[in-house]
Amino acid sequence: MKPETRKEVMFAGFGGQGIVTAGYITGEAAVVYDDKVATLTQVYGPEARGSACYSGVVISHEEISYPYPLNPQIMVVMNQEAYEKFLPKLQQGGVLIVDSTIVKPDKLAEKYQLYKVPATEIAEKMGARVIANVIILGFLGRIWDAISVEALQEAVKTRVPKKYLELNLKAFQTGVKLGEKALKKKIIKR
Amino acid sequence: MGKTVLTGKHFWYGNIAIAEGAIAAGCRFFGGYPITPASEIAEHISKRFPEIGGIFVQFEDELASMAAILGASWAGAKSMTATSGPGLSLMMENLGLGVMMEVPTVVVNIQRGGPSTGLPTLTAQGDVMQAKWGSHGPYEIIALSPDSPQEAFDLTIRCFNLAEKYRVPVILLASETVGHSAGKVIVPPENEIELIDRKKPTVPPEEYLPYKPDEDLIPPMAYAGEGYAICTTGLTHNEKGYPDVSAETQEKLVRRLNDKIRKHMEEIVDVEEENMEDAKIAVVSYGQVSRPVKRAVKMAREDGIKVGSIKLITIWPFAENVIRKWAKQVELFIVPELNYGQIYLEVKREVAGNSETVLVPRMGGKLITPQEIYREIKKVSKK
Amino acid sequence: MSHKMTRGKKPLLPQELHPMDQWLRSERMPHIWCAGCGIGPTLYAWVRALDTVGIDKDKVVYVSGIGCCGRGSGYLDVDGFHTTHGRAIPFATGIKLVKPDLCVNVISGDGDIFSIGGNHFIHACRRNVDLLVICTNNFIYGMTGGQLAATTPIGDYSTTTPYGNIEPPFNTPYLADASGAVYVARWTSIHVRLLEKSIAEALRMKGFRYIEVLSPCPVNYGRRNRLREVDDIAKWFWQSSVIRHGADTREVQIEKGKPIILGNFVKREKLSYYGELKKLEEKVKRAAEAKK
Repeated sequence: MKPETRKEVMFAGFGGQGIVTAGYITGEAAVVYDDKVATLTQVYGPEARGSACYSGVVISHEEISYPYPLNPQIMVVMNQEAYEKFLPKLQQGGVLIVDSTIVKPDKLAEKYQLYKVPATEIAEKMGARVIANVIILGFLGRIWDAISVEALQEAVKTRVPKKYLELNLKAFQTGVKLGEKALKKKIIKR
Repeated sequence: MGKTVLTGKHFWYGNIAIAEGAIAAGCRFFGGYPITPASEIAEHISKRFPEIGGIFVQFEDELASMAAILGASWAGAKSMTATSGPGLSLMMENLGLGVMMEVPTVVVNIQRGGPSTGLPTLTAQGDVMQAKWGSHGPYEIIALSPDSPQEAFDLTIRCFNLAEKYRVPVILLASETVGHSAGKVIVPPENEIELIDRKKPTVPPEEYLPYKPDEDLIPPMAYAGEGYAICTTGLTHNEKGYPDVSAETQEKLVRRLNDKIRKHMEEIVDVEEENMEDAKIAVVSYGQVSRPVKRAVKMAREDGIKVGSIKLITIWPFAENVIRKWAKQVELFIVPELNYGQIYLEVKREVAGNSETVLVPRMGGKLITPQEIYREIKKVSKK
Repeated sequence: MSHKMTRGKKPLLPQELHPMDQWLRSERMPHIWCAGCGIGPTLYAWVRALDTVGIDKDKVVYVSGIGCCGRGSGYLDVDGFHTTHGRAIPFATGIKLVKPDLCVNVISGDGDIFSIGGNHFIHACRRNVDLLVICTNNFIYGMTGGQLAATTPIGDYSTTTPYGNIEPPFNTPYLADASGAVYVARWTSIHVRLLEKSIAEALRMKGFRYIEVLSPCPVNYGRRNRLREVDDIAKWFWQSSVIRHGADTREVQIEKGKPIILGNFVKREKLSYYGELKKLEEKVKRAAEAKK
């Protein structure tokens, strides 16, 4: 029978990095602005800050039978501990996006299509470390066909405080451009 | 005033969907105590209620929360609390009072792993039997179990309607997976949401007997402050509401408290059957487990296995007629649940030896996958 | 008397009427309380105060918990809620917040309010929920046969302290005062007129008001503590009590052999919980309008 049309992405990092927010924006973009079906789940420890955590988004055209990621095609990693802990969950040959300011990929990364995005460094230059996840979202939107850049941008708009809207949109567009460049460099298996 | 029904398409966590479902159902009093993984319901309501004129109180514990929502209901409000297993254990005292005084109210349980403190952040379905008889004494209660944020929204409204109609506390037996996962939720226009309100007395105060039932076994309910001089007690009572601890009164009262639910089973019990027409194997599931089950059944059908799915939306009262009916055709029932066998025992009881029953238990705090259920179906189909 | 007032009861001849008959569910008499018990006089003072203040009977709510005193809510012809052990205060809180125009009263015993319900008491004080709480303190668990209470004086005997009580009791006015109650008083059921005046004063206020009423239990307290006769406890109350309005609540602990301090101890102004909720609603509304 036809497999479910599941597209899965995992955001892995550190409590406080906006890992769940990134997942939420992705899911909301898919459901509300792309008119698809999506689920978001998360795994975290009892600590509010400073433990490895992840959020997973499943996007589909039909009812999703299992809300957790089963075999993610894409993983975004924003913290070294999370890299070591969650990388094995990424599907063989899948797309690995790391915040290269923070995460130093080792030999294990060779099994995947690796993209290094110095998101935190760029965010700091833009004046706010916390927007690193929005840069990554722009990048993701550009290179992943499960979700449209427009939908993601709309979701970003609704989820960030008005005061920081412009900054966030700038960050998002920066990410989109980096994705554009990456696409030119490599052929991504989707 | 803020909007009460957020008509439209949303991406909501189950816990948010429950809170919004309650608001759409007309709930305007929430008393609760924070607990993982249910706290987001209280948090969301604490934000929304001041916008729409509802009363939110974070109480000192679950004992107070449950008592307060009963009081609020007697004053005429639709009321609710939300908790998880350890909190529900504490609420059982006044849940029993709610049953005895016949108070419409809704109790949400976002199930987590137990016993005791257990697995606070992980999912489970271990409180099924607690939902039925967790408080002392012989009583019937209503419990519904949602499988997704959308159903969490829809069933929360249904919980309120059932509570109002049958004058009984109704439990929404959700789980961490449903509460803490976000998904698509469609909220219909306000005028398409059907709401039921409790029956009010139609006689003047001097003729009103607070516990004299109508033909449907449900007594009309006056509110505090309306001049009806309500008399109510947790003690065994007569139709006037006066304590009467005689054997006859107890027999009559307890029978009615149970029968008002049992005699309306057809109306209360809701199940979803899929691929059952020619099924020789049936997978009986509820809540979050139903979704992987549906998928597994489709996969097994592709292999030519005659398997169907029975999803219980109403957990209590148990869908005994449904199981009994299918037991004539089905040779084997598989019951996957996130505990060590609770609904399984109910299925087994109703099957009464006419078919085989197989339990697929999971207790690790992880939802069972479609593949795992598929493998179970394959395994039993070879028997 | 209007038909509504009698609620279908057969009107009685004047000589058959109890002075408080309009407040009673006469058909439920006789009550379960023993001769010499202080609950009856306390309720008498309460309904007289309701009359004095002129509160509409239909707006009076009486919530009680478990114990001898718990039964009171079923004897009076008002909205009566006989709830679970210790939970009368949160139950009453639910009623009051939904219908703020009602006069909601919790009248219950010391076991109910200070042992099993102690936590609810201090939190309701802290929130300043708009309730009048009257505790009939008889120093013992009366209904269950005379076990130790959180108010039993040191050295006293009960069925679970056969060698004498070693636990210090709560000084309940101090507890209420420290937790934020706006009105705190203590009387005994012997001082009916003064108690009635105090209740009337409390009924005219808003916020969490607490009145402790020392109440004789000759059967299950007195019998084991050399106060066996119906009037022994009354005599003890009468002879040992000293009225000291405005007394420092830290100094009103009850100890055998020492004076019992009575009086209206605390009266303070503070916005009630419901008032705060409405203020919050206004704030949210203004913020929403500013956003538009």
